[in-house]
Parts: sequence; C-alpha cells; structure tokens
Amino acid sequence: MSPKISFKDVSRVFEVSGRPVFTALDRLSLDIDDGEFITVVGPSGCGKSTAMNIAAGLLPPSSGRVLVDGVEVRGPGPERGVIFQQYALFPWLTVRENVEFGLRLTGMPKAERRKVADHFIDLVNLGHFADSLPKMLSGGMKQRCAIARAYAVNPKILLMDEPFGALDALTRVQLQDQLLQTWSRDRRTVMFITHDVDEAVYLANRVVVMAARPGRLDRIIPVDLPYPRTEEIRLSPEFAALRNEVWRAVYHPRLQQSA
Amino acid sequence: MSAVGDAAGPASPAADKARGWRPNRMLVLNVVAMLLGIGIWELVTAVGVVGLPTPVAVFDQAVASIESGLLISDAAASLARVLAGFVLGVAVAIPVGFLMGWYPTARGLIEPYVQFFRTIPPLAIIPLAIVTMGIGEVPKIFVIFLAAFLTSVVATFQGVISVDRTLINAARVLGAGDATIFRRVVIPASTPFIMVGVRIGLGSSWATVVAAELIAAQSGLGFRMQQGQLYYDLPTIFVSLITIGILGLVMDRIVIAADRRLTAWQEKA
Repeated sequence: MSPKISFKDVSRVFEVSGRPVFTALDRLSLDIDDGEFITVVGPSGCGKSTAMNIAAGLLPPSSGRVLVDGVEVRGPGPERGVIFQQYALFPWLTVRENVEFGLRLTGMPKAERRKVADHFIDLVNLGHFADSLPKMLSGGMKQRCAIARAYAVNPKILLMDEPFGALDALTRVQLQDQLLQTWSRDRRTVMFITHDVDEAVYLANRVVVMAARPGRLDRIIPVDLPYPRTEEIRLSPEFAALRNEVWRAVYHPRLQQSA
Repeated sequence: MSAVGDAAGPASPAADKARGWRPNRMLVLNVVAMLLGIGIWELVTAVGVVGLPTPVAVFDQAVASIESGLLISDAAASLARVLAGFVLGVAVAIPVGFLMGWYPTARGLIEPYVQFFRTIPPLAIIPLAIVTMGIGEVPKIFVIFLAAFLTSVVATFQGVISVDRTLINAARVLGAGDATIFRRVVIPASTPFIMVGVRIGLGSSWATVVAAELIAAQSGLGFRMQQGQLYYDLPTIFVSLITIGILGLVMDRIVIAADRRLTAWQEKA
C-alpha cells in the first residue's frame, strides 16, 4: 500500500534578502500510512510546525516535495483539514456559521449545509452553542468548534498543529479522548504536532521525534499500545516506558547518540 | 449543557448584569456635573465677569433662533455639508484603503500622496480650495471630503494589513480562493479598524465644516458665529457653539451605535 502522506527530502530554508539564514527543516523524509495516527514531537525550532504547514500547502518547501495519495502538494485543499493552535475561528460568525464556512464554498445548498453542520456541532457537544459567537466560548469549546469545522468538509487527512497546547490539563485530556473516539470510528489519517510527550505517546500509532538546529527527523518510536486508549493504559508501566523513551529522545538526543 | 465540562465556562450574563447598574449612576453624575457647570456659569456672569452672557440670555437667544427658523436652517446647512463630504470621503476611502492593503503595487502608488496630504491639516487647504473652486458649496464639501477621506483611508489600510494571518490560512485550508478570502475574511476582519477611521473622520469633518463656514459662507453655524462676532452678539455665538457641540455629540453616538452593531463579535479584553 502506498503511503497516504509522503515527505520526500523536504527542506525549508528561510531567507533574508536572498541569503539563507535559517534551516527550519532539513531533508525530512517520512511516510504516513492511510488511517495512521502520527504524532510529531520535538523541541522548539525542530521544524515540526514547518513540516505540517508544508503538508497543508500553506508554505512551499525550499526543496523536496510532499505527496498526498501520490499527488504533489501545491497548495491547500479541503481533503487536508487543518486545526490550528489558536483555534482560528472567524469571530464574526456563529459556531454554526463557522462550521458551515467550508461547506458553503463547495456550493452545498443551505438546508443540507445546516444539517451537516448541526451533525458535527452535536458530535463535539456544542449543540447548545450553535448560535453563539466564538467570544462566548471557552478555549476548549473554541477548539471543539474548530474541529467540527474541519470535519464538516470531510477531509481524508487531519493536520493538527498543537491543537490542545493552549488548554488546561483537564480539558486537554478530555479532548484527546474525544479525538481518539472519532478517529477510531472513521480512521482518518492524522498528523498531530505537539510538544507534550504524554500526549504524543497517548494518541499515536507512531511518535515521530524531531531534533532542532537544523530541524530534522531524529527517530520514529512505534507505540504498541492497544486502542481504545484508556486511563488504565495511561497509568500502565508500558506507557511509562514509552514515555521515558520519547522523553529521552526529545530532551537528551546527544546522550542517546553517545550511548 | 455539553458533556465535556470545560474549566473556563462561557462568559456569564451575571457579570454583565453586575456592570449594568453603573451607566445609571454615571448618568446621574453626568447630569449633576452639567447642572454644576451651568450654576458656575450663572454665578460668574452674575458677578460680572467681562462680557459673557448669562445662561438665561443664551437660552432666550436659542428660543428666539429656533422660532425664527434661523438656527434650524443654519444647523441643516452645516449638517448637509458634513454629510455630503463625509459620506463621499468614506465611500472613496474604503475601496482605496482595501486596494492599498491588498495590492502592494497600489500601496506603493497611493501611499506617498496619502501620507503627504495627511500631514497638511484640511483647514490649510481652504484658501486654495476657495481660490480654485470659488465660494460655493464645492470647496467646503471638498475640504470635508478630504478630511474624512484621509482618516478613513489610513484606518482601512491598517485594518487590511493587520488581518490575522491564521484566519486567512484557516479560510484557505477550507478551500477559499482569494476573492472569497477578501469578501468573507478581510472585509469583516477589518471592520473594527474602519469604524475607528469613520469615527475620527466624522470628528474632523465636523471640525472642518465650522472652520470652512467661518471663512466663506452665507449660511451655517460657523457663518452665524462669524455674524455674531461682527455684531458683538455673544448669545448667538454661544447658541451656535452649543449647537455644534450637541450635533457633534449626537453624530458620534450614532457612529458608536453603528460600530457596536457591526463589531459586536469582537472579544474585548
């Protein structure tokens, strides 16, 4: 089976007046299978967000290419849903109008649009807030609305850039569980960026560890824990061992290399 | 309630209610302050401080001016000029501001003129406007147009360039093209900025009309004050000044109300 998303020698160099000053991403090669849940973790400056933005088509690579279903990414597309850390809800639209935004662009008739939107609003438990403006919502509710908006256009891939990074610990855990529930049902391919090692291990099939200066792939750690992931798994010795392994890989890369 | 209990709930209406009684109290304080001011005015004029008319004299003059219809026609003349110049100015400024914010080429071509003319007070244009356009309505409306245009164009431009990149990206990943992004993201996102420009523009339009009428006009509140000055008619000057103040205040409130409606979605810290 060919991979769903394939990074092929992808580099991104930021330039100032034509001179390369900073290599955000250095020759990343990575294959993500269809239906896989990948988390990408690494210190700041490791290029994890850069890699995601390139896959989203929001940032062109300096060299190399990203293939989605074997087709080179040349810009954003509705088959790749993106969830941003800052929610990025349109503040002048209600929850329902936000969720309908992408549907409107497909030319879906109004009644159908509303039906689809309400389905996804219910899915993220925002039914009572469908007509509220984002300013009335808490951080967790905003992110759930953003997730509903991304789901509504039925993307095959979800690209999530530290989506729960700005939330409190409890809300984060709840949203992680909801995300896994939805993922278990529909098996969309997910590329999930985080700096939280616990989160990376808890969610993923495989944890991609990246290193900084220059941003590059360090190693891939498979997570052989069963789904559904539960509180029990989170407290298990196997989870702790994986967590330690990822932690060491992220925060002591040199130590590991010399060992 | 939703199944997921977020730590921070939605903004509670109770907080708004707690703030709700404040405006009433403020209103009482405002009225007290005004009455106090009029009292001091009365006191000062009763003691005989040079030349100032008493509140009663000004009130009588106001009644007389309203009865003769002069105050209404003067106010209407000034208002008509302001509205004509202001509406034209804003109507031209918004598309030009959008052009400047959206197309770097347009910005490069237009910005030097905007920045240059912005440093010239619109009032300084009046002599030139009168010489080149005569003493009819055109030069006055033109100067007001300029005042409203310059403030609104800068605000609109600022609004467009400060639209959150994340919102544009969010629209792009949902499949929006440039035209859709412009219509459904850039325009609403820059509305708060535009409204600030509109408000400042209205203020400077109003300031400009009075000055323009002081220099060359046969009607309007500024013209009436000029007449009052010639005939040492202080009550008329006071009546005109107070009318200018009240009308300016009312117009500002209307813009604020419009702003509240248009930008109610804003998260205010």
